[in-house]
Amino acid sequence: MPIAKVNGVETEFEPGMTVLQVAERAGAEIPRFCYHERLSIAGNCRMCLVEVKPGPPKPQASCALPAAEGQEIFTDTAMVKKAREGVMEFLLINHPLDCPICDQGGECDLQDQAMGYGRDGSRYAENKRAVEEKNMGPTVKTFMTRCIQCTRCVRFVTEVAGVPDIGMISRGEDAEITTYLEKAVDSELSGNVNDLCPVGALTHRPWQFHYRPWELKRTETIDVMDALGSNISAQAKGAEVMRILPRVNEGINEEWLSDKSRYIVDGLQKRRLDRPYVRDNGRLRAASWDEALGVVAARLTQSQPDRIGVIAGDLQDAESMKATLDLFRALGSANTDCRQDGSALGVGPREGWLFNSGIAGIEQADVILLVGVNPRTEAPLLNARLRKAWLSGKTEILVIGEQADLTYEYSYLGAGSKTLSKLPKPAADLLAKAERPAIIVGGGAISGEAGPSVLNALGALAKKVGVIAEGWNGFNVLHTAASRVAGLDMGFVPADGGLSAVQMVQTGALDVLFLLGADEIDASASDAFKVYLGSHGDNGAHGADVILPGAAYTEKAGLYVNTEGRVQMAERVVFPKGEAKDDWAIVRALSERVGRTLPYDSLDQLRTRLMADHPTFGRIDYLAPAQAFDVASLGKKGDLGDTGFVSAVPDPYLNNPIARASATMAELSALRIAPVAMAAE
Amino acid sequence: MAGILQDKDRIFTNLYGFQDWTLEGAKTRGAWNATRDMLDLGRDWIITNVKNSGLRGRGGAGFSTGLKWSFMPKEVKDRPHYLVVNADESEPGTCKDREIMRHDPHLLIEGCLIASFAMQAHACYIYLRGEYVLERERMEAAVKQAYEAKLIGKNNVHGWDFDVYIHHGAGAYICGEETALLESLEGKKGQPRLKPPFPAGAGLYGCPTTVNNVESIAVVGTILRRGAEWFAGFGRANNTGTKLMCISGHVNKPCNVEEAMSIPLKQLLEEHCGGVRGGWDNLKAVIPGGSSVPLITREMSETALMDFDSLREMRSGLGTAAVIVMDNSTDLVKAIARISYFYKHESCGQCTPCREGTGWMWRVLERMSIGEADPSEIDMLLEVSTQIEGHTICALGDAAAWPVQGLIRHFRHEIEDRISQYRTRRANFAGHAIAAE
Repeated sequence: MPIAKVNGVETEFEPGMTVLQVAERAGAEIPRFCYHERLSIAGNCRMCLVEVKPGPPKPQASCALPAAEGQEIFTDTAMVKKAREGVMEFLLINHPLDCPICDQGGECDLQDQAMGYGRDGSRYAENKRAVEEKNMGPTVKTFMTRCIQCTRCVRFVTEVAGVPDIGMISRGEDAEITTYLEKAVDSELSGNVNDLCPVGALTHRPWQFHYRPWELKRTETIDVMDALGSNISAQAKGAEVMRILPRVNEGINEEWLSDKSRYIVDGLQKRRLDRPYVRDNGRLRAASWDEALGVVAARLTQSQPDRIGVIAGDLQDAESMKATLDLFRALGSANTDCRQDGSALGVGPREGWLFNSGIAGIEQADVILLVGVNPRTEAPLLNARLRKAWLSGKTEILVIGEQADLTYEYSYLGAGSKTLSKLPKPAADLLAKAERPAIIVGGGAISGEAGPSVLNALGALAKKVGVIAEGWNGFNVLHTAASRVAGLDMGFVPADGGLSAVQMVQTGALDVLFLLGADEIDASASDAFKVYLGSHGDNGAHGADVILPGAAYTEKAGLYVNTEGRVQMAERVVFPKGEAKDDWAIVRALSERVGRTLPYDSLDQLRTRLMADHPTFGRIDYLAPAQAFDVASLGKKGDLGDTGFVSAVPDPYLNNPIARASATMAELSALRIAPVAMAAE
Repeated sequence: MAGILQDKDRIFTNLYGFQDWTLEGAKTRGAWNATRDMLDLGRDWIITNVKNSGLRGRGGAGFSTGLKWSFMPKEVKDRPHYLVVNADESEPGTCKDREIMRHDPHLLIEGCLIASFAMQAHACYIYLRGEYVLERERMEAAVKQAYEAKLIGKNNVHGWDFDVYIHHGAGAYICGEETALLESLEGKKGQPRLKPPFPAGAGLYGCPTTVNNVESIAVVGTILRRGAEWFAGFGRANNTGTKLMCISGHVNKPCNVEEAMSIPLKQLLEEHCGGVRGGWDNLKAVIPGGSSVPLITREMSETALMDFDSLREMRSGLGTAAVIVMDNSTDLVKAIARISYFYKHESCGQCTPCREGTGWMWRVLERMSIGEADPSEIDMLLEVSTQIEGHTICALGDAAAWPVQGLIRHFRHEIEDRISQYRTRRANFAGHAIAAE
């Protein structure tokens, strides 16, 4: 490896690194505003100036300068210091002194670096510039007077998010960052620009003026808004989660987060179930835990085992599902299902329901076929990966399903099963010739009656074009529910002779229907006695006869398995609301009432049991390498019919109880349908 | 005869448009003569001769043209090569390329062919300044004539497939910066790119590109016809050749003139321009190379030679050789304030020092021009200008800083006088600064 000298210390570096990176490697801190590792280099803030020999006798922008063998880099000479102080002064002359009322205050790059390079007073006697605020939508609050024109936001939305909605207009000191026509940023990743903004020009609109960063208690946990399991830091003030920020996980979310995962926080405060309820004469009334559990236990013990059933919801942690599953098996029931969407997954080898290539691994694919999936709504960060792969120019993307704007170009093959049964020749050839082809299938294609046959057809196609090869498994199922893979992994599917979720909600199917956080299935036809265990007063609670208040995902520790089969541990950020309890503990208490006491008294014991029964849960943060399996055996051979594949998530901002309780999600959702309304006018 | 250069040695023989500008007329003046023979002598011959002629870029920076050409990749690989001609002549005081394009367009087109051949480019873009409408029409007409005469185009008489495209800018000064020009040419916002990579490595559409000034290209044909030695025979060593000089301001006859390099500034003004208005002693200052270079005083003008090195020794520059003459009636502070306004207005706003600093300097200078300032602000202004200089992505920051530095270097007393006058006029002036003194 080549060697450069940083402040006299020899430092090895990899070819292609910039001077800034080499200096960082040597431990020299370089201030910067515009430079960001994951965005293109702009070199416009001029804060990272260093002295480089050989080179012209003036400071150079280290972020943009390629390092070279034998280079001497100086980061702390008088010339460098003076240059940076000059730049800092320029940045500050038109920057308002409103740090005390700025949301960025306390975590502001400009504030921090002004401590190192700022003057103690201003020499600027002229009037400061004021810039009009811009409308950037419900997620981004602008204070454009604070803007230092670093263009990180512009680069993010054009490069990563793939929408050209933010740009810089005018020139010189009149240059402004804007959305041109004052429209909302049409991206499901828009919140990231607030993170990227080094000053307080773009801040999180839903949380503005809600907290000061130093008041927050930070907890590292896992997001459940989609099946990717993005790593987040949930930050609470007192008993309330105030904000959610991304944590870096190169394998999943890099350092981005979707708007839904981020701005869901107000949904955690609203419509909460904070005490048990029992229905009396058609009306719900508050009850004690003792009474509520007693009613449920009585119903469960009085009913025949084949007349009771349980459906697990989309946001459930693995432990509560395991406890519930154990309880119902102990009661002798075969009616257990975690597939509210009625998908055909859950039988055969584990690889049959995983995103086998891995989220990061999908970038290696050279041809990707999307079937019945809209990654932009179902998993925005996966979509950003696909865009990244497409941008590299080495990946071609084919689509069967909805013809949506995915922020990248793709070849559209057709709408549904008909196209799948007879793939156009150019597409088939492309897949067959590809070295690492991948198929991403969404719930939209494999749920419903034709689900098993579509899955079978896909398996056959995958086998034919060599989606699974030595060291590569490109058969990918994109789930939309954070709980789904854990449920399938532990066999939360109907046992022999058991009813599926869809069958359980039919009229007369059951006597007792236990909804474990299941809100996305319409149980109104069922005349069974319904028990709802969950956190929000939503669909499931509306028709319930007994409500057992549980914990939302930020209020309990739990395991989640993401769509690629990676087990991740979420932590408790705040305690459950009111009298609500951890879900698993409620089930454990209920088991005692029905006389089938579950053999675990603590979460640790429950986890130990879970890991003993299903070893995959024991490998936390582990992504299994590509494994071959008999992909053609998936599903059931049958008539594909002629249906168009529709995405499983028509509106991502309204597809779970927390989101439906959130005002921000309602705003984002309204924005999605707004263009249609305009056209109708 | 006035000046040094004799009529027989002029390259731009139709500089004033007295003769026919069309292909026919240009041919009678020697353009397109023996071009094929030059190409037949090969690339190396062309580049070597341009190098030997000592031709330095006429756009202001004065970088050796032949050397610049030699930076292009030797072989065309997967990406085509391009020649881009910078005709975005916007530097205040400069009006030489305009005359070339109006009256001698064929010299430019011929130069484009030769340069493109030398760099193995099959396409050349001429980026015209937005305000140059007549020039565009002339260039387009001339290019059409050249196509019709099969001098350029596919299967032309020179045996080198070659296309010329005229692109009309939108009138931004910054698009005269070579990389901003390329951005603009690609249809983007005209903002300078970071260097490296340099255009010779990754320029227009990411392909190897050379950007040359109109004059640098237009002289090539004649240099090769008459020989590098001929061209190198004018001017001092390292500052050779002939150069179009544009003299404006307080002279009796402002003019454009082709002169030998290194002509004494005084001789240039006296012999070509009828002298300074009101006589040499009435001269106050000269900006010798377009508004971006620091001004020089009368004493310095006595001995200044119009070449790169002489003016650099005086901490100014030859720039585009656009001489702006200012006599004693000039309010220098106001004049530099106006120049400062220009750079503030034309800053692209991309990088911090230029975006924020140019406006600051202009505002301070505007106040100084009426005296409403504190003497300590003069040093502050100087410091602000050095905080801009050398810290920006492109040279506009330097261009904005230098005139201010020149003013303070040579005419600091004028600013100080202005400030004290302003205070005297206000008897009850109770400025904090005075109290502090």
